[in-house]
Amino acid sequence: MSKIKKNILLVDDDVDYLFQKKLELEKEGFNVFTAHSIKPARKILEEMQIDLAIVDLMMQEKDDGFVLSYQIKSSWPKTPVIMVTGVTAQTGLEFDTITENEKKWIKADTIFTKPVRAEQLVREIRRLLANE
Amino acid sequence: MNNVNDVLNILIIDDEEGMCMGASRALSSTQVFIDDLNIIVGFSSRAVHSYSEYKTEIVNHKYDLILLDYKLPDGSGLDILQELNEQSKETLVIMMTAYATFETAVQATKLGAYDFLAKPFTPEELRNSVRKAATRFVLAKRAKSFEEEKRKIRFEFISVLSHELKSPINAIDGYLKLLHEGSITPDSENYQMAIERSLLRLEGMRKLIFDLLDMTRIESGQKTRKIEPINLIAIINLLIEQNTYEAKLNGITLNLVSPNELSMDGDQSELEIILNNLINNAIKYNRTNGTVDITVNDTPTQVEIQIKDSGIGLEPYEQDKLFKDFVRIKNTDTMNIQGSGLGLSTVKKIAALYEGTVSVTSQKGIGSTFCVTLKKYLNNTISPKIVT
Repeated sequence: MSKIKKNILLVDDDVDYLFQKKLELEKEGFNVFTAHSIKPARKILEEMQIDLAIVDLMMQEKDDGFVLSYQIKSSWPKTPVIMVTGVTAQTGLEFDTITENEKKWIKADTIFTKPVRAEQLVREIRRLLANE
Repeated sequence: MNNVNDVLNILIIDDEEGMCMGASRALSSTQVFIDDLNIIVGFSSRAVHSYSEYKTEIVNHKYDLILLDYKLPDGSGLDILQELNEQSKETLVIMMTAYATFETAVQATKLGAYDFLAKPFTPEELRNSVRKAATRFVLAKRAKSFEEEKRKIRFEFISVLSHELKSPINAIDGYLKLLHEGSITPDSENYQMAIERSLLRLEGMRKLIFDLLDMTRIESGQKTRKIEPINLIAIINLLIEQNTYEAKLNGITLNLVSPNELSMDGDQSELEIILNNLINNAIKYNRTNGTVDITVNDTPTQVEIQIKDSGIGLEPYEQDKLFKDFVRIKNTDTMNIQGSGLGLSTVKKIAALYEGTVSVTSQKGIGSTFCVTLKKYLNNTISPKIVT
Protein backbone atom coordinates (compact mmCIF):
# COMPACT_ATOMS: atom_id res chain seq x y z
CA MET A 1 0.00 0.00 0.00
CA SER A 2 1.13 3.51 -0.73
CA LYS A 3 1.81 5.88 2.12
CA ILE A 4 -0.92 8.30 1.06
CA LYS A 5 -4.13 7.57 2.94
CA LYS A 6 -6.93 6.30 0.69
CA ASN A 7 -10.28 8.11 0.73
CA ILE A 8 -13.30 5.96 1.40
CA LEU A 9 -16.92 7.05 1.06
CA LEU A 10 -19.35 5.30 3.36
CA VAL A 11 -23.10 5.66 2.62
CA ASP A 12 -25.79 4.29 4.94
CA ASP A 13 -28.98 5.70 6.43
CA ASP A 14 -28.16 4.34 9.89
CA VAL A 15 -26.13 7.04 11.66
CA ASP A 16 -24.82 4.60 14.26
CA TYR A 17 -23.58 2.22 11.62
CA LEU A 18 -21.86 5.15 9.85
CA PHE A 19 -20.15 6.29 13.03
CA GLN A 20 -18.97 2.81 14.04
CA LYS A 21 -17.70 1.81 10.62
CA LYS A 22 -15.94 5.16 10.21
CA LEU A 23 -14.12 4.61 13.49
CA GLU A 24 -13.15 1.05 12.51
CA LEU A 25 -11.87 2.07 9.09
CA GLU A 26 -9.98 5.09 10.40
CA LYS A 27 -8.19 2.75 12.78
CA GLU A 28 -7.11 0.78 9.72
CA GLY A 29 -5.56 3.88 8.25
CA PHE A 30 -8.21 5.13 5.83
CA ASN A 31 -9.71 8.58 5.44
CA VAL A 32 -13.46 8.12 5.80
CA PHE A 33 -16.21 10.39 4.51
CA THR A 34 -19.79 9.57 5.46
CA ALA A 35 -23.19 10.35 3.92
CA HIS A 36 -26.65 9.18 4.93
CA SER A 37 -28.32 9.51 1.54
CA ILE A 38 -27.71 9.91 -2.18
CA LYS A 39 -27.55 13.70 -2.28
CA PRO A 40 -24.72 14.32 0.21
CA ALA A 41 -22.94 11.24 -1.17
CA ARG A 42 -22.92 12.75 -4.66
CA LYS A 43 -21.64 16.04 -3.30
CA ILE A 44 -18.68 14.30 -1.66
CA LEU A 45 -17.97 12.32 -4.83
CA GLU A 46 -17.92 15.51 -6.89
CA GLU A 47 -15.70 17.45 -4.48
CA MET A 48 -13.28 14.76 -3.34
CA GLN A 49 -11.06 12.18 -4.94
CA ILE A 50 -12.80 9.05 -3.62
CA ASP A 51 -10.84 5.80 -3.98
CA LEU A 52 -13.59 3.40 -2.96
CA ALA A 53 -17.27 3.60 -2.00
CA ILE A 54 -19.23 1.40 0.43
CA VAL A 55 -22.96 1.75 -0.21
CA ASP A 56 -25.87 0.35 1.76
CA LEU A 57 -28.58 -0.97 -0.50
CA MET A 58 -31.60 0.18 1.46
CA MET A 59 -31.78 3.83 2.14
CA GLN A 60 -34.67 6.28 2.21
CA GLU A 61 -36.07 4.88 -0.99
CA LYS A 62 -35.58 1.18 -1.24
CA ASP A 63 -33.54 1.23 -4.42
CA ASP A 64 -31.37 4.24 -3.54
CA GLY A 65 -28.33 1.99 -3.04
CA PHE A 66 -28.70 0.55 -6.54
CA VAL A 67 -29.17 4.01 -8.02
CA LEU A 68 -26.11 5.44 -6.28
CA SER A 69 -23.92 2.49 -7.24
CA TYR A 70 -25.07 2.86 -10.81
CA GLN A 71 -24.27 6.57 -10.79
CA ILE A 72 -20.82 5.99 -9.30
CA LYS A 73 -20.03 3.37 -11.93
CA SER A 74 -21.26 5.67 -14.72
CA SER A 75 -19.42 8.80 -13.63
CA TRP A 76 -16.38 7.26 -11.92
CA PRO A 77 -16.05 3.83 -13.57
CA LYS A 78 -12.69 3.11 -11.93
CA THR A 79 -13.94 3.60 -8.36
CA PRO A 80 -14.62 0.22 -6.73
CA VAL A 81 -18.03 -0.11 -5.06
CA ILE A 82 -18.86 -2.45 -2.21
CA MET A 83 -22.57 -2.88 -1.71
CA VAL A 84 -23.72 -3.83 1.76
CA THR A 85 -27.21 -5.13 2.26
CA GLY A 86 -29.59 -6.56 4.79
CA VAL A 87 -31.94 -7.26 1.93
CA THR A 88 -31.47 -11.02 1.57
CA ALA A 89 -33.00 -11.72 4.93
CA GLN A 90 -35.58 -9.07 4.44
CA THR A 91 -37.15 -9.84 1.11
CA GLY A 92 -35.89 -13.28 0.28
CA LEU A 93 -34.23 -11.59 -2.68
CA GLU A 94 -30.86 -13.17 -3.27
CA PHE A 95 -28.24 -11.96 -5.63
CA ASP A 96 -24.52 -11.95 -5.99
CA THR A 97 -21.92 -10.75 -8.42
CA ILE A 98 -21.12 -14.24 -9.60
CA THR A 99 -22.78 -14.36 -13.02
CA GLU A 100 -22.10 -11.94 -15.86
CA ASN A 101 -25.80 -11.37 -16.27
CA GLU A 102 -26.17 -10.21 -12.69
CA LYS A 103 -23.12 -7.97 -13.05
CA LYS A 104 -24.88 -6.12 -15.85
CA TRP A 105 -27.58 -4.71 -13.65
CA ILE A 106 -25.94 -4.64 -10.22
CA LYS A 107 -23.23 -2.07 -10.48
CA ALA A 108 -21.02 -3.19 -7.62
CA ASP A 109 -17.70 -4.99 -7.38
CA THR A 110 -18.62 -6.87 -4.22
CA ILE A 111 -21.81 -7.49 -2.30
CA PHE A 112 -21.84 -8.19 1.42
CA THR A 113 -24.80 -9.18 3.56
CA LYS A 114 -25.07 -7.43 6.94
CA PRO A 115 -23.69 -7.86 9.51
CA VAL A 116 -20.26 -7.55 7.91
CA ARG A 117 -17.25 -8.37 10.10
CA ALA A 118 -14.71 -5.57 10.27
CA GLU A 119 -11.76 -7.70 9.11
CA GLN A 120 -13.81 -9.09 6.21
CA LEU A 121 -14.63 -5.56 5.04
CA VAL A 122 -11.06 -4.31 5.44
CA ARG A 123 -9.64 -7.31 3.55
CA GLU A 124 -12.01 -6.66 0.66
CA ILE A 125 -11.21 -2.93 0.61
CA ARG A 126 -7.46 -3.69 0.43
CA ARG A 127 -8.03 -6.26 -2.33
CA LEU A 128 -10.08 -3.88 -4.47
CA LEU A 129 -7.66 -0.98 -3.92
CA ALA A 130 -4.74 -3.20 -4.88
CA ASN A 131 -6.46 -4.10 -8.16
CA GLU A 132 -7.02 -0.50 -9.00
CA MET B 1 -77.89 -12.49 -21.10
CA ASN B 2 -75.90 -10.45 -18.62
CA ASN B 3 -72.24 -9.59 -18.92
CA VAL B 4 -70.15 -12.27 -17.30
CA ASN B 5 -67.26 -11.54 -14.91
CA ASP B 6 -65.55 -14.87 -15.36
CA VAL B 7 -65.65 -17.69 -17.90
CA LEU B 8 -65.00 -21.28 -16.86
CA ASN B 9 -63.58 -23.75 -19.36
CA ILE B 10 -65.42 -27.04 -19.58
CA LEU B 11 -64.15 -30.16 -21.32
CA ILE B 12 -66.75 -32.72 -22.36
CA ILE B 13 -65.31 -36.23 -22.76
CA ASP B 14 -67.82 -38.57 -24.41
CA ASP B 15 -67.71 -40.84 -27.46
CA GLU B 16 -71.32 -40.00 -28.44
CA GLU B 17 -71.25 -36.95 -30.72
CA GLY B 18 -74.92 -36.18 -30.03
CA MET B 19 -74.24 -36.10 -26.29
CA CYS B 20 -71.33 -33.68 -26.76
CA MET B 21 -73.33 -31.32 -28.97
CA GLY B 22 -76.34 -31.37 -26.68
CA ALA B 23 -74.25 -30.61 -23.59
CA SER B 24 -72.34 -27.83 -25.39
CA ARG B 25 -75.58 -26.21 -26.48
CA ALA B 26 -77.11 -26.41 -23.01
CA LEU B 27 -74.01 -24.85 -21.43
CA SER B 28 -73.50 -22.07 -23.99
CA SER B 29 -76.66 -20.36 -22.72
CA THR B 30 -75.98 -21.07 -19.03
CA GLN B 31 -74.84 -18.50 -16.51
CA VAL B 32 -74.32 -18.81 -12.80
CA PHE B 33 -74.71 -15.97 -10.35
CA ILE B 34 -72.38 -16.46 -7.40
CA ASP B 35 -74.13 -14.81 -4.53
CA ASP B 36 -71.24 -14.54 -2.08
CA LEU B 37 -68.97 -12.79 -4.57
CA ASN B 38 -71.66 -10.97 -6.53
CA ILE B 39 -70.30 -12.15 -9.86
CA ILE B 40 -71.73 -13.89 -12.94
CA VAL B 41 -69.91 -16.86 -14.42
CA GLY B 42 -70.36 -18.10 -17.98
CA PHE B 43 -69.00 -21.20 -19.73
CA SER B 44 -66.97 -22.09 -22.76
CA SER B 45 -66.88 -25.75 -23.71
CA ARG B 46 -64.96 -28.12 -25.94
CA ALA B 47 -65.50 -31.82 -26.60
CA VAL B 48 -63.17 -34.80 -27.11
CA HIS B 49 -64.31 -38.34 -27.80
CA SER B 50 -61.69 -40.69 -26.37
CA TYR B 51 -58.99 -41.15 -23.72
CA SER B 52 -56.23 -40.55 -26.29
CA GLU B 53 -57.86 -37.32 -27.55
CA TYR B 54 -58.12 -36.20 -23.94
CA LYS B 55 -54.39 -36.78 -23.42
CA THR B 56 -53.54 -34.63 -26.44
CA GLU B 57 -56.04 -31.94 -25.49
CA ILE B 58 -54.77 -31.36 -21.93
CA VAL B 59 -51.18 -30.79 -23.04
CA ASN B 60 -52.01 -27.28 -24.18
CA HIS B 61 -55.28 -26.45 -22.43
CA LYS B 62 -56.39 -26.01 -18.88
CA TYR B 63 -59.92 -26.94 -17.86
CA ASP B 64 -61.87 -25.93 -14.78
CA LEU B 65 -64.68 -28.48 -15.08
CA ILE B 66 -64.80 -31.84 -16.85
CA LEU B 67 -67.96 -33.69 -17.90
CA LEU B 68 -66.68 -37.23 -18.06
CA ASP B 69 -68.28 -40.31 -19.58
CA TYR B 70 -67.77 -43.47 -17.59
CA LYS B 71 -67.11 -45.67 -20.64
CA LEU B 72 -64.72 -44.50 -23.37
CA PRO B 73 -63.77 -46.49 -26.51
CA ASP B 74 -60.09 -46.70 -25.48
CA GLY B 75 -60.35 -46.68 -21.70
CA SER B 76 -62.38 -45.89 -18.64
CA GLY B 77 -63.38 -42.47 -17.37
CA LEU B 78 -62.18 -43.72 -13.99
CA ASP B 79 -58.58 -43.73 -15.29
CA ILE B 80 -58.85 -40.05 -16.12
CA LEU B 81 -60.39 -39.41 -12.72
CA GLN B 82 -57.54 -41.25 -11.04
CA GLU B 83 -54.91 -39.28 -12.98
CA LEU B 84 -56.50 -35.97 -12.03
CA ASN B 85 -56.72 -37.12 -8.45
CA GLU B 86 -53.01 -38.00 -8.36
CA GLN B 87 -52.04 -34.65 -9.84
CA SER B 88 -54.24 -33.02 -7.18
CA LYS B 89 -55.70 -30.69 -9.82
CA GLU B 90 -58.31 -28.13 -8.85
CA THR B 91 -60.43 -29.34 -11.77
CA LEU B 92 -63.90 -30.58 -10.76
CA VAL B 93 -65.28 -33.64 -12.51
CA ILE B 94 -68.92 -34.55 -13.14
CA MET B 95 -69.24 -38.23 -14.10
CA MET B 96 -71.89 -39.16 -16.69
CA THR B 97 -72.88 -42.73 -17.25
CA ALA B 98 -75.58 -44.96 -18.60
CA TYR B 99 -74.38 -47.71 -16.29
CA ALA B 100 -75.48 -45.92 -13.19
CA THR B 101 -75.14 -48.42 -10.43
CA PHE B 102 -74.51 -47.75 -6.78
CA GLU B 103 -71.02 -49.29 -7.08
CA THR B 104 -69.89 -47.08 -9.96
CA ALA B 105 -71.14 -43.99 -8.12
CA VAL B 106 -69.21 -44.95 -4.99
CA GLN B 107 -66.10 -45.75 -7.00
CA ALA B 108 -66.24 -42.43 -8.85
CA THR B 109 -66.81 -40.46 -5.67
CA LYS B 110 -63.90 -42.21 -3.99
CA LEU B 111 -61.68 -41.15 -6.87
CA GLY B 112 -62.74 -37.55 -6.36
CA ALA B 113 -65.66 -36.99 -8.74
CA TYR B 114 -67.61 -33.95 -7.63
CA ASP B 115 -71.02 -35.06 -8.93
CA PHE B 116 -72.69 -37.91 -10.75
CA LEU B 117 -75.24 -37.72 -13.59
CA ALA B 118 -77.15 -40.79 -14.76
CA LYS B 119 -77.83 -40.93 -18.50
CA PRO B 120 -80.22 -40.01 -19.94
CA PHE B 121 -80.48 -36.59 -18.21
CA THR B 122 -82.33 -33.43 -19.17
CA PRO B 123 -80.49 -30.21 -20.08
CA GLU B 124 -81.84 -28.73 -16.84
CA GLU B 125 -80.35 -31.56 -14.77
CA LEU B 126 -77.01 -30.94 -16.49
CA ARG B 127 -77.23 -27.19 -15.86
CA ASN B 128 -78.04 -27.71 -12.20
CA SER B 129 -75.07 -29.97 -11.70
CA VAL B 130 -72.74 -27.60 -13.56
CA ARG B 131 -74.07 -24.61 -11.60
CA LYS B 132 -73.26 -26.33 -8.33
CA ALA B 133 -69.80 -27.36 -9.49
CA ALA B 134 -69.06 -23.88 -10.89
CA THR B 135 -70.01 -22.20 -7.62
CA ARG B 136 -67.81 -24.58 -5.68
CA PHE B 137 -64.91 -24.11 -8.13
CA VAL B 138 -65.00 -20.31 -8.07
CA LEU B 139 -65.32 -20.10 -4.29
CA ALA B 140 -62.46 -22.57 -3.78
CA LYS B 141 -60.26 -20.59 -6.17
CA ARG B 142 -61.01 -17.32 -4.39
CA ALA B 143 -60.37 -18.85 -0.99
CA LYS B 144 -57.01 -20.12 -2.19
CA SER B 145 -55.86 -16.80 -3.62
CA PHE B 146 -57.02 -15.04 -0.47
CA GLU B 147 -54.94 -17.45 1.65
CA GLU B 148 -51.89 -16.87 -0.53
CA GLU B 149 -52.28 -13.11 -0.27
CA LYS B 150 -52.56 -13.37 3.50
CA ARG B 151 -49.45 -15.51 3.69
CA LYS B 152 -47.51 -13.05 1.56
CA ILE B 153 -48.53 -10.07 3.68
CA ARG B 154 -47.61 -11.92 6.86
CA PHE B 155 -44.21 -12.88 5.44
CA GLU B 156 -43.45 -9.30 4.40
CA PHE B 157 -44.53 -7.98 7.77
CA ILE B 158 -42.31 -10.39 9.68
CA SER B 159 -39.35 -9.68 7.39
CA VAL B 160 -39.62 -5.93 7.89
CA LEU B 161 -40.20 -6.37 11.60
CA SER B 162 -37.10 -8.47 12.06
CA HIS B 163 -35.08 -5.87 10.18
CA GLU B 164 -36.47 -3.12 12.42
CA LEU B 165 -35.51 -5.11 15.52
CA LYS B 166 -32.11 -6.09 14.16
CA SER B 167 -30.96 -2.53 13.37
CA PRO B 168 -30.96 -1.25 16.97
CA ILE B 169 -29.37 -4.50 18.21
CA ASN B 170 -26.57 -4.13 15.65
CA ALA B 171 -26.09 -0.48 16.62
CA ILE B 172 -25.90 -1.16 20.36
CA ASP B 173 -23.74 -4.22 19.76
CA GLY B 174 -21.37 -2.07 17.70
CA TYR B 175 -21.00 0.58 20.41
CA LEU B 176 -20.46 -2.01 23.12
CA LYS B 177 -17.72 -3.69 21.07
CA LEU B 178 -15.98 -0.36 20.46
CA LEU B 179 -16.11 0.34 24.21
CA HIS B 180 -15.03 -3.18 25.06
CA GLU B 181 -11.99 -3.25 22.77
CA GLY B 182 -10.98 0.21 23.94
CA SER B 183 -11.54 2.00 20.61
CA ILE B 184 -13.70 4.41 22.59
CA THR B 185 -12.29 5.25 26.02
CA PRO B 186 -13.99 7.17 28.87
CA ASP B 187 -11.78 10.19 28.23
CA SER B 188 -12.51 10.34 24.49
CA GLU B 189 -15.03 12.78 23.10
CA ASN B 190 -17.12 9.94 21.67
CA TYR B 191 -17.65 8.16 24.97
CA GLN B 192 -20.76 10.06 26.05
CA MET B 193 -22.15 9.97 22.56
CA ALA B 194 -21.77 6.18 22.26
CA ILE B 195 -23.67 5.67 25.49
CA GLU B 196 -26.39 8.18 24.64
CA ARG B 197 -26.93 6.67 21.17
CA SER B 198 -27.14 3.18 22.68
CA LEU B 199 -29.76 4.32 25.16
CA LEU B 200 -31.66 6.09 22.40
CA ARG B 201 -31.70 2.99 20.18
CA LEU B 202 -32.87 0.89 23.14
CA GLU B 203 -35.67 3.36 23.73
CA GLY B 204 -36.61 3.12 20.07
CA MET B 205 -36.73 -0.65 20.30
CA ARG B 206 -38.88 -0.51 23.40
CA LYS B 207 -41.23 1.86 21.60
CA LEU B 208 -41.40 -0.50 18.64
CA ILE B 209 -42.36 -3.39 20.90
CA PHE B 210 -45.06 -1.36 22.65
CA ASP B 211 -46.46 -0.08 19.34
CA LEU B 212 -46.41 -3.59 17.99
CA LEU B 213 -48.40 -4.82 20.97
CA ASP B 214 -50.92 -2.01 20.48
CA MET B 215 -51.25 -2.86 16.82
CA THR B 216 -51.59 -6.59 17.42
CA ARG B 217 -54.29 -5.97 19.99
CA ILE B 218 -56.26 -3.83 17.56
CA GLU B 219 -55.77 -6.09 14.54
CA SER B 220 -56.32 -9.46 16.17
CA GLY B 221 -59.72 -8.37 17.41
CA GLN B 222 -58.95 -10.39 20.51
CA LYS B 223 -58.90 -7.44 22.79
CA THR B 224 -62.38 -6.88 24.13
CA ARG B 225 -63.39 -3.37 23.32
CA LYS B 226 -65.01 -1.68 26.21
CA ILE B 227 -67.17 0.96 24.62
CA GLU B 228 -68.59 3.32 27.18
CA PRO B 229 -69.40 7.02 27.53
CA ILE B 230 -66.10 8.84 27.85
CA ASN B 231 -65.06 12.44 28.42
CA LEU B 232 -62.56 12.95 25.60
CA ILE B 233 -61.25 16.20 27.06
CA ALA B 234 -60.23 14.44 30.28
CA ILE B 235 -58.17 11.98 28.22
CA ILE B 236 -56.49 14.80 26.29
CA ASN B 237 -55.64 16.65 29.52
CA LEU B 238 -54.14 13.51 31.01
CA LEU B 239 -52.00 12.90 27.93
CA ILE B 240 -50.85 16.53 27.85
CA GLU B 241 -49.74 16.10 31.45
CA GLN B 242 -47.88 12.87 30.61
CA ASN B 243 -46.09 14.50 27.68
CA THR B 244 -45.24 17.77 29.46
CA TYR B 245 -41.86 16.56 30.72
CA GLU B 246 -40.62 15.65 27.25
CA ALA B 247 -42.04 18.91 25.85
CA LYS B 248 -40.30 21.03 28.51
CA LEU B 249 -36.92 19.48 27.72
CA ASN B 250 -37.10 21.28 24.38
CA GLY B 251 -39.02 24.34 25.56
CA ILE B 252 -42.16 23.28 23.69
CA THR B 253 -45.52 24.73 24.78
CA LEU B 254 -48.69 22.62 24.61
CA ASN B 255 -51.98 24.52 24.11
CA LEU B 256 -55.51 23.14 24.16
CA VAL B 257 -58.59 24.85 22.73
CA SER B 258 -61.69 22.78 23.43
CA PRO B 259 -65.03 22.62 25.17
CA ASN B 260 -64.75 21.86 28.91
CA GLU B 261 -66.28 18.48 28.43
CA LEU B 262 -67.03 16.26 25.45
CA SER B 263 -68.88 13.01 25.85
CA MET B 264 -68.58 10.26 23.25
CA ASP B 265 -68.79 6.50 23.13
CA GLY B 266 -65.38 4.95 22.98
CA ASP B 267 -62.78 2.59 24.36
CA GLN B 268 -60.48 4.48 26.70
CA SER B 269 -57.28 2.69 25.65
CA GLU B 270 -57.99 3.07 21.93
CA LEU B 271 -58.55 6.82 22.23
CA GLU B 272 -55.40 7.09 24.34
CA ILE B 273 -53.34 5.34 21.66
CA ILE B 274 -54.62 7.72 18.95
CA LEU B 275 -54.11 10.90 20.93
CA ASN B 276 -50.83 9.92 22.55
CA ASN B 277 -49.28 9.04 19.20
CA LEU B 278 -50.28 12.36 17.69
CA ILE B 279 -49.34 14.53 20.68
CA ASN B 280 -46.05 12.72 21.15
CA ASN B 281 -45.20 13.03 17.44
CA ALA B 282 -46.00 16.75 17.54
CA ILE B 283 -43.41 17.11 20.33
CA LYS B 284 -40.78 14.79 18.84
CA TYR B 285 -40.86 16.31 15.38
CA ASN B 286 -41.00 19.90 16.63
CA ARG B 287 -38.25 22.51 16.88
CA THR B 288 -36.75 23.88 20.10
CA ASN B 289 -39.14 26.36 21.76
CA GLY B 290 -41.90 25.35 19.37
CA THR B 291 -45.62 24.97 19.99
CA VAL B 292 -48.23 22.23 19.81
CA ASP B 293 -51.81 23.46 19.37
CA ILE B 294 -54.56 20.97 20.03
CA THR B 295 -58.04 22.01 18.90
CA VAL B 296 -61.18 19.96 19.51
CA ASN B 297 -64.32 20.68 17.48
CA ASP B 298 -67.54 19.07 18.64
CA THR B 299 -70.51 18.42 16.34
CA PRO B 300 -73.67 16.40 17.11
CA THR B 301 -72.37 13.27 15.34
CA GLN B 302 -68.61 13.52 15.23
CA VAL B 303 -65.60 15.00 16.91
CA GLU B 304 -62.66 16.55 15.09
CA ILE B 305 -59.27 16.80 16.77
CA GLN B 306 -56.52 18.89 15.20
CA ILE B 307 -52.95 18.68 16.40
CA LYS B 308 -50.75 21.35 14.93
CA ASP B 309 -47.00 21.54 15.44
CA SER B 310 -44.36 24.09 14.49
CA GLY B 311 -41.86 21.42 13.57
CA ILE B 312 -39.83 20.06 10.71
CA GLY B 313 -42.79 19.42 8.40
CA LEU B 314 -43.07 17.01 5.50
CA GLU B 315 -42.45 17.01 1.78
CA PRO B 316 -45.58 16.17 -0.27
CA TYR B 317 -44.20 12.74 -1.27
CA GLU B 318 -43.50 11.96 2.39
CA GLN B 319 -47.11 12.74 3.34
CA ASP B 320 -48.44 10.13 0.90
CA LYS B 321 -46.79 7.15 2.57
CA LEU B 322 -46.93 8.30 6.18
CA PHE B 323 -49.82 6.08 7.34
CA LYS B 324 -48.43 2.76 6.14
CA ASP B 325 -46.86 0.12 8.41
CA PHE B 326 -43.17 0.67 9.23
CA VAL B 327 -42.87 3.88 7.26
CA ARG B 328 -40.43 6.29 8.82
CA ILE B 329 -39.34 9.44 7.14
CA LYS B 330 -35.57 9.36 7.15
CA ASN B 331 -33.62 12.56 6.64
CA THR B 332 -31.16 14.74 8.55
CA ASP B 333 -34.02 16.24 10.58
CA THR B 334 -35.29 12.88 11.80
CA MET B 335 -32.13 10.85 12.32
CA ASN B 336 -31.97 11.50 16.04
CA ILE B 337 -35.68 10.86 16.60
CA GLN B 338 -36.76 7.37 17.53
CA GLY B 339 -39.95 5.92 16.11
CA SER B 340 -41.24 2.51 15.18
CA GLY B 341 -43.01 3.49 11.98
CA LEU B 342 -46.12 1.84 13.39
CA GLY B 343 -47.68 4.70 15.37
CA LEU B 344 -49.54 6.47 12.58
CA SER B 345 -50.65 3.28 10.87
CA THR B 346 -52.17 2.16 14.16
CA VAL B 347 -53.84 5.56 14.56
CA LYS B 348 -55.41 5.10 11.14
CA LYS B 349 -56.61 1.58 11.95
CA ILE B 350 -58.21 2.70 15.22
CA ALA B 351 -59.83 5.74 13.59
CA ALA B 352 -61.45 3.32 11.13
CA LEU B 353 -63.05 1.51 14.07
CA TYR B 354 -64.82 4.81 14.81
CA GLU B 355 -65.80 5.22 11.15
CA GLY B 356 -63.32 8.05 11.19
CA THR B 357 -60.34 9.36 9.25
CA VAL B 358 -56.89 10.74 9.88
CA SER B 359 -55.18 13.17 7.54
CA VAL B 360 -52.22 15.50 7.42
CA THR B 361 -51.45 18.87 5.91
CA SER B 362 -47.89 19.99 6.12
CA GLN B 363 -45.26 22.38 4.90
CA LYS B 364 -41.59 21.46 4.99
CA GLY B 365 -39.77 23.53 7.60
CA ILE B 366 -42.96 25.14 8.92
CA GLY B 367 -44.96 22.37 10.54
CA SER B 368 -47.64 19.75 10.22
CA THR B 369 -51.29 19.55 11.23
CA PHE B 370 -52.81 16.13 11.83
CA CYS B 371 -56.57 15.94 11.85
CA VAL B 372 -58.59 13.02 13.22
CA THR B 373 -62.35 12.71 12.94
CA LEU B 374 -64.21 10.12 14.99
CA LYS B 375 -67.88 9.24 15.12
CA LYS B 376 -69.19 9.91 18.60
CA TYR B 377 -71.85 7.24 18.67
CA LEU B 378 -71.39 3.94 16.87
CA ASN B 379 -73.89 1.40 15.51
CA ASN B 380 -76.53 4.09 15.17
CA THR B 381 -76.73 4.44 18.91
CA ILE B 382 -78.44 7.69 19.73
CA SER B 383 -76.87 10.32 21.93
CA PRO B 384 -77.66 9.42 25.54
CA LYS B 385 -80.33 11.68 26.97
CA ILE B 386 -79.35 13.73 29.95
CA VAL B 387 -81.54 12.73 32.87
CA THR B 388 -82.33 15.56 35.19
